[in-house]
Amino acid sequence: MSLRIVVCVKYVPDATGDRRFADDLTLDREDVDGLLSELDEYAVEQALQIADGADDAEITVVTVGPEDAKDALRKALSMGADRAVHVEDDDLHGSDVMGTSLVLAKAVEKTGYDLVICGMASTDGVMGVLPALLAERLGVPQVTLLSEVAVAGGVVTGRRDGDTASEQVEASLPAVVSVTDQSGEARYPSFKGIMAAKKKPVESLDLDDLGLDADEVGLAGAWTAVDSATERPARTAGTIVKDEGEGGRQLAEFLVGQKFI
Amino acid sequence: MAEVLVLVDHVDGAVRKPTLELLTLARRIGDPVAVALGAGAGATAGVLGEHGAVRVLTADAPEFAEYLVVPKVDALQAAFEAVSPVAVLVVSSAEGKEVAARLALRVGSGVITDATDVEAGEQGPVATQAAFAASYTTRSRVSRGVPVITVKPNSAPVEPAAAAGAVEGLSVSFGAAATGTKVTSRTPRESTGRPELTEAAIVVSGGRGVNGAENFPLIEALADSLGAAVGASRAAVDAGWYPHTSQVGQTGKSVSPQLYIASGISGAIQHRAGMQTSKTIVAINKDAEAPIFELVDYGVVGDLFAVVPQLTEEINTRKG
Ligand SMILES: Cc1cc2nc3c(=O)[nH]c(=O)nc-3n(C[C@H](O)[C@H](O)[C@H](O)COP(=O)(O)OP(=O)(O)OC[C@H]3O[C@@H](n4cnc5c(N)ncnc54)[C@H](O)[C@@H]3O)c2cc1C
Ligand SMILES: Cc1cc2nc3c(=O)[nH]c(=O)nc-3n(C[C@H](O)[C@H](O)[C@H](O)COP(=O)(O)OP(=O)(O)OC[C@H]3O[C@@H](n4cnc5c(N)ncnc54)[C@H](O)[C@@H]3O)c2cc1C
Repeated sequence: MSLRIVVCVKYVPDATGDRRFADDLTLDREDVDGLLSELDEYAVEQALQIADGADDAEITVVTVGPEDAKDALRKALSMGADRAVHVEDDDLHGSDVMGTSLVLAKAVEKTGYDLVICGMASTDGVMGVLPALLAERLGVPQVTLLSEVAVAGGVVTGRRDGDTASEQVEASLPAVVSVTDQSGEARYPSFKGIMAAKKKPVESLDLDDLGLDADEVGLAGAWTAVDSATERPARTAGTIVKDEGEGGRQLAEFLVGQKFI
Repeated sequence: MAEVLVLVDHVDGAVRKPTLELLTLARRIGDPVAVALGAGAGATAGVLGEHGAVRVLTADAPEFAEYLVVPKVDALQAAFEAVSPVAVLVVSSAEGKEVAARLALRVGSGVITDATDVEAGEQGPVATQAAFAASYTTRSRVSRGVPVITVKPNSAPVEPAAAAGAVEGLSVSFGAAATGTKVTSRTPRESTGRPELTEAAIVVSGGRGVNGAENFPLIEALADSLGAAVGASRAAVDAGWYPHTSQVGQTGKSVSPQLYIASGISGAIQHRAGMQTSKTIVAINKDAEAPIFELVDYGVVGDLFAVVPQLTEEINTRKG
């Protein structure tokens, strides 16, 4: 039987660019380059490795995001995923994590899955909770923040490195997994992969297709509200000294002045 | 007065400092009711009471240790239903955030993660967050349900405030999902004897410039002279010079100590994401153009192999 793997990938503003909030206090996507969240490349990579080790597997990548988010899907397809689902609807603008997880849960259910793989966190919202919410909504085990993952005989196992301990965990499929950037370097798309990606199917879904109402998602349906977003004032220029043999002692002097010593 | 649920982060009854910070924040909103789960839960009551917990709800069961996350969600939900709080505060650890988010969904509330401050507001608690590697500061609210907010360590002072801290048993019935993800083995992290990275008042970090595992004792000696925790950049971690658990940054630990000292670290955006909210930032780097210098309160352009040992020696001398 075929193993159906769904990978959730997010399209995010480039972290090395000038990220901003728009006037309505949502993410400014207009003036910043977007890309597949780097941490989701690790999820695609693990999906590809799990699929390689399975008798028969199909990888679908899913994104919830605006028109441009197709770029994230293309990248994942060029890495080797089989097909893509793009959930796009004007009413999704401004969704919080509750809205986003609702839409993803519906999209994943519609696609059909045995295993859902996510990144550990997006590089913009960086909440790191979406995979747990997806598991809660789908009613399947969460096997999250894995730095090692394997699937065999309908069971997913992995290592979760926590604050105070490192744990080996396991769950029966279907399950939601998230993987960290310690799980293994993601491959670069090959030229062949990039060419092949152009022919792979990308299905578009809107809220109607998922049986959702506009007021369940987007700014209208958000359960959180951002009241203000202010650019942090540039740090006042600090003192910078060149070490000419006394740098360590000068620094000690500063730390004494600041009462750290 | 209105009650605020605080999920206690503890190891076998030893309450970790971020929980005491949560109690300080909780008192701004109402009367803190602490929820302590797992082995040693009852032993937490003393210190929680000294820090303002009016009640301590405890539950222990093998499920908390043997299965991932969900048993704690079941228990926190039981406490939520028993108390009817006006807010729920949880420490922003990986597990804390997952527990908080799942609870929020179950009780129909919004969730805010990684707050760096929480204040009472006219429409309920207002959370401050640092966005986009701390280049923005946002103020947010939960607009539906009972606010569930996770708070980063070092976001508030620990303030003693005597309260009853009466221990009450919490009865929890686990749902079918609770046993979904089994923990088949657990290897506790070895203690270095140094403060916890996320809780430390001072963090001393080394990067690629440290140039080898054999040189990290230089960074450790500086840390020890200041009673600090040791951190590392991803470049140093990926090279195998220091354990991943010490990585500071977007995919490592997020720290906001009183003092952060970066040695041989360039200050890439992903590193800044984990340390930019530090109160005082100091860098030692031989490249005057390194982006880390844009953040510093004090910077030394120089070779860390000369500057760090001199600094350490000077500190040790002054301490006498
Ligand atoms: C600076 C900032 C702060 C925010 N704070 C909050 C907040 O406190 N509360 C709140 O409710 N919302 C918040 N949001 C909104 C929230 O980030 C989005 O709703 C988001 O899509 C879900 O959260 P995340 O991206 O942080 O997900 P994470 O939990 O960090 O993402 C983990 C994984 O989930 C998957 N994933 C996430 N989003 C998508 C997507 N759109 N399509 C496909 N896969 C996806 C990816 O695999 C990703 O690696 C914030 C957004 C920003 C930009
Ligand atoms: C998705 C993603 C997530 C990431 N997450 C993280 C993260 O969590 N944490 C993190 O740190 N990085 C992270 N990174 C990596 C990050 O982009 C940088 O590559 C990394 O921070 C660089 O580490 P560094 O500053 O130690 O090394 P470099 O950038 O190589 O800088 C080394 C510095 O040391 C200085 N130096 C060299 N020799 C000496 C000397 N003798 N004395 C003084 N100075 C010297 C050099 O001038 C230079 O400035 C992430 C990247 C990605 C793409």
